[in-house]
Amino acid sequence: MASGAVPVAGGTDLMVEANFGHVRPENIVGLRRVEELREWDGRRIGAAVTWRRLERDGPQALAQAARTVGSPQIRNAGTIGGNLATASPAGDGHPFLAAVDARVELVSPAGSRAVAWDEFFTGVKRTSMAEDELISAVLLPEDLPDRHEFGKVGVRNAMVISTVCAVVTRRDDGRTTVGLGSVAPTPIRARQAEEMISSIGSPSGADLAEFARLVSAETTPISDHRSTEEYRRHAAGVLSRRLLERCLR
Amino acid sequence: MTTTRTTRAPSTVAGGVGESTLRPDGIAKLKGEFDYAQDLRAENMLWGATTRSPHVRARIVSVDIAPALAVGGVHAVLTAEDVPGRGAFGLEHADQPVLASDEVRYWGEPVAVVAAEDEDTARRAAAAIEVEYEVLDPLVDPLVAESEDEVFRRMRIRRGDQETEGAVIVEGYYEVGMQDQAPLGTEAGLAVPDGHGGVDLYATSQFVHIDHSQVVASLGLRPEQVRAHPTGIGGAFGAREDVNLHIHLCMLALHTGQPVKMVYDRAESFTGHVHRHPAQMWYRHHADENGRLVRVEARIVIDGGAYASTTSAVLANACYFAVGPYRCDSVLIDGVGARTNNPPCGAMRGFGAVQVCVGYEAQMDKLAARLGIGPLELRKRNGLATGDHMPTTGQRIETPMPVADVIDSLAAMPLPGQDDEAPLPGGSGLTTERDQVRRGVGYALGIKNLGFSEGSDDYAVVRVRLTGDGAVVETAAIEVGQGLVTVLAQIARSALGVGRAEVRHVDTSRIGSAGSTSASRQTQISGGATLEASQRLRERILDRHDGDDLTDLGVVRDGEVVVPMAVLTTESWEETVTFRHPPTEPPDDDGQGVVHADFAVAGHRAVVDVDPELGLVTVVRIDTAQDVGKALNPESVRGQIEGGILQGVGLAVMEELIMDGGVIRNPTFTDYLLPTILDAPDVEALLIEQDGSWGPFGAKGVGEPPTISSTAAVIAAIRDATGKEINRAPVRPQDIAL
Amino acid sequence: MIVEFALNGEPANARVVTSVSLLDVLRDQLNLPGSKNACDQGECGSCSVVLDGSVVCSCLVMAADVQGSEVTTVEGVAADGVLNAVQEAMHAAGAVQCGFCTPGIVVAATDLFAANPTPSRTEIKEALAGNICRCTGYGAIVRALESISGEKS
Repeated sequence: MASGAVPVAGGTDLMVEANFGHVRPENIVGLRRVEELREWDGRRIGAAVTWRRLERDGPQALAQAARTVGSPQIRNAGTIGGNLATASPAGDGHPFLAAVDARVELVSPAGSRAVAWDEFFTGVKRTSMAEDELISAVLLPEDLPDRHEFGKVGVRNAMVISTVCAVVTRRDDGRTTVGLGSVAPTPIRARQAEEMISSIGSPSGADLAEFARLVSAETTPISDHRSTEEYRRHAAGVLSRRLLERCLR
Repeated sequence: MTTTRTTRAPSTVAGGVGESTLRPDGIAKLKGEFDYAQDLRAENMLWGATTRSPHVRARIVSVDIAPALAVGGVHAVLTAEDVPGRGAFGLEHADQPVLASDEVRYWGEPVAVVAAEDEDTARRAAAAIEVEYEVLDPLVDPLVAESEDEVFRRMRIRRGDQETEGAVIVEGYYEVGMQDQAPLGTEAGLAVPDGHGGVDLYATSQFVHIDHSQVVASLGLRPEQVRAHPTGIGGAFGAREDVNLHIHLCMLALHTGQPVKMVYDRAESFTGHVHRHPAQMWYRHHADENGRLVRVEARIVIDGGAYASTTSAVLANACYFAVGPYRCDSVLIDGVGARTNNPPCGAMRGFGAVQVCVGYEAQMDKLAARLGIGPLELRKRNGLATGDHMPTTGQRIETPMPVADVIDSLAAMPLPGQDDEAPLPGGSGLTTERDQVRRGVGYALGIKNLGFSEGSDDYAVVRVRLTGDGAVVETAAIEVGQGLVTVLAQIARSALGVGRAEVRHVDTSRIGSAGSTSASRQTQISGGATLEASQRLRERILDRHDGDDLTDLGVVRDGEVVVPMAVLTTESWEETVTFRHPPTEPPDDDGQGVVHADFAVAGHRAVVDVDPELGLVTVVRIDTAQDVGKALNPESVRGQIEGGILQGVGLAVMEELIMDGGVIRNPTFTDYLLPTILDAPDVEALLIEQDGSWGPFGAKGVGEPPTISSTAAVIAAIRDATGKEINRAPVRPQDIAL
Repeated sequence: MIVEFALNGEPANARVVTSVSLLDVLRDQLNLPGSKNACDQGECGSCSVVLDGSVVCSCLVMAADVQGSEVTTVEGVAADGVLNAVQEAMHAAGAVQCGFCTPGIVVAATDLFAANPTPSRTEIKEALAGNICRCTGYGAIVRALESISGEKS
């Protein structure tokens, strides 16, 4: 913030940094109980809406993603806005936002503006927010796709940072989108795979295999202590194919 | 005094052995009122912090503590030159510097310690110390270390005819990664100076007497000037046998003249204690056409890291148990404990026997497959029994060795049906559907020694007193959560015949050593001391008062109370016993001898559901049969089994400290994954109780056997589900899917 | 700054700087060491407390942000000196070994039963998915909580 104050809602990311002395904010802006930020009006989800509420009431793929965030304790405190502000490439909520072309509403003394998700994320843990801006809401499009499915690959059945996570959406007219996390510095869409499969009304097994191959090819994952580049590529393709198969049922 | 009176055996009392008596500290723990080391405080207390090396290997050129001293609220900044006595410590060799002086040899090695008014100030001051390093090339490959003779120990076992060959030979190479004990409570302690140059230490530990002796040596004090107190601890699993903050705390306390407290945070805890040795194993198993083992050859290399810790004993254990619980009369084992600049490794539950089990059980399955014999049948044909000789040391097995019973029990336990409620691989991540799952079943047996070996003088001192409060068992034997404080009281009750009994911890100045809470030894050894002390006390009381029975009412003769308890306890009654197990001996040059005090075997059957395309695994169920001698507290035994099995599951599918050129990449709970409640398999445990062990009432130690073969069983099940030749632990998704 | 809030049903206040966690304030200033610090990053649940009706990790709550809130710690889950049903059941089932995870589990489980007196085995496990135990393997914990599911808490 321009004043140097640090915004905090659930604290589930900021406090980790503070506890290890990486940040020592002198001033904070407490957003946890700001009523307007907790409002959820149809397609406009306030930034301070918790994962707990999203788990219960969110659109399917977002609710599915919410269920995998951290633990019950984390979901009670963590918010969709906080997840965006941290902008981790592995953020569980991001693939959905990418897949439905959500926008992020930002507010500042000068007013408010909405940026497309792919303008919002600019790099690993980097966003295009100005210093004096706060995330006020996430804006979903009015017409969400008919089908959307989420999946997250992790080595443990709870409390795990995703190795790969994905949302696939499909409309009745065939239009398909694929949002992916943990396979690039920011969440991405697999546009070539989308283009290929969107024009096929009833994809065959071979089509689905090609779809998976294209998804893999569009990822740029790294190898780190959690997984390898090779596995992430492979898992992105497999996961996306399976999510699409569910959408096609 | 001569008497023809015969005394009765103690009547069964409530809360005696064989019952699942509730633990005496349970209520305090449930209410949040139990004091752990991290909860202790004292008047005028300062906080300590540690400056650690950011380099894996470097020469220390200079240390400038002035910036730390300049931080307001700092009371002391100490470096190597401030160590008053012996500059190094260590369980086997005193080779680890209290504070590094000429060189740092592993990432995170302590270089200085600070005491300040509060924790935050202490940490900032510790970070402000300016150390000039000349970075050196680290040695991080244990095989390279071996070739350069950087070894803590080379071990050699030769038994039987070395020219023997079998009709069938299977070979394999296996790896086990670095597991961490990861107890929930981190290292913590409080040192309180006594104002006369001495100090009282309350710190997380598994063995206060050995802490005491190392503190005494490094502080240059007389033994009576230091008192190490058993202190509440949040688990151990081997991480707390070695000194970590003990000497630092005492130095700071004596230097400042004030109590000093230190608590490691989680990342520092990962860095600041020893880990399970990573292992590499090359095996060759020879068998006849009936599957009987004819010869086993193995080469085992474990990475001990920068300092000795207990590498020598872990290596020995790995080699002694490298064949498993099987007969074999021709054995060749060569082992190396390498010295590298990786983090020091030492004790973790299972102590070398875990790693080799991954190897030898994979080999047994390979043999079974090659010969077309069922995996349990093959093991049955080779299983050890009482009276046989250990394949590695030649030691004749004198106590129960129910390998056949373990196998038969496992075979008889019903397999689970396909349960649509069981979590799918991937859990809430929704990666996998039922038809994408393959189920696998795997078996493994394991064997572990109980107590210390190779001629160690392994003993425990316990004092039993009869007071107005009932029987009091005084001990320095550490309770890490396993239930020692419960079972020692049960033993006292059953042996004395008195229902009121409790365990009281006393410090090193008030009682002799109970040895370490490790090697699954305390129930047998401190329990043995408690039993003997209680029995002797009872005999002396009955002898003195000419009674034939002792009960809660007092001394009884011919059914009448002749000395009421209230009167009896006005007299001073206590008995102190030092209990030793049957002696062991160091091995000869070929590793032969009566090396071990006792053994326990266990078998595990794992059922896993695998998503082969994504390589994700759910461990659905683990059934086990374990040789326990006598279950003194069945619920506690079950708790040890379930807890140990889950640690084995962790090593099988998710736990590994990832090393990168000597740096730990994942020293946090975010990325060192411990199994959650959603990862825990259903466990069914069958306890095999057979008389014959020297432990109290025939009890055997139970803490480690659950970890020995649970990992190997899960890996075997994954192989069964996927058909893949998996040769490492933990198994990662890419090992299955790619 | 001074923050004032309701703690285990009683008014409490603490002097805090902005970055200090509620966990640190509970343990260091308010003499309630029952909540434990095992990771300081919300990955183990040992510090669990109930904040304004939801279970959260107190190591991730900024103490300055609990002004006017209601906080319940392990020390406050049961009436004076008496154990609640969760605590009784865990004691009877041998679900405590080292006990370091125990306060967090007591808080999370008490909260579960307050919202749902008849949780299934799956619901019990999902409610405790954020509480790590290293000693027990969770078996006795699940048995303890199943034994009181369906009874009055």
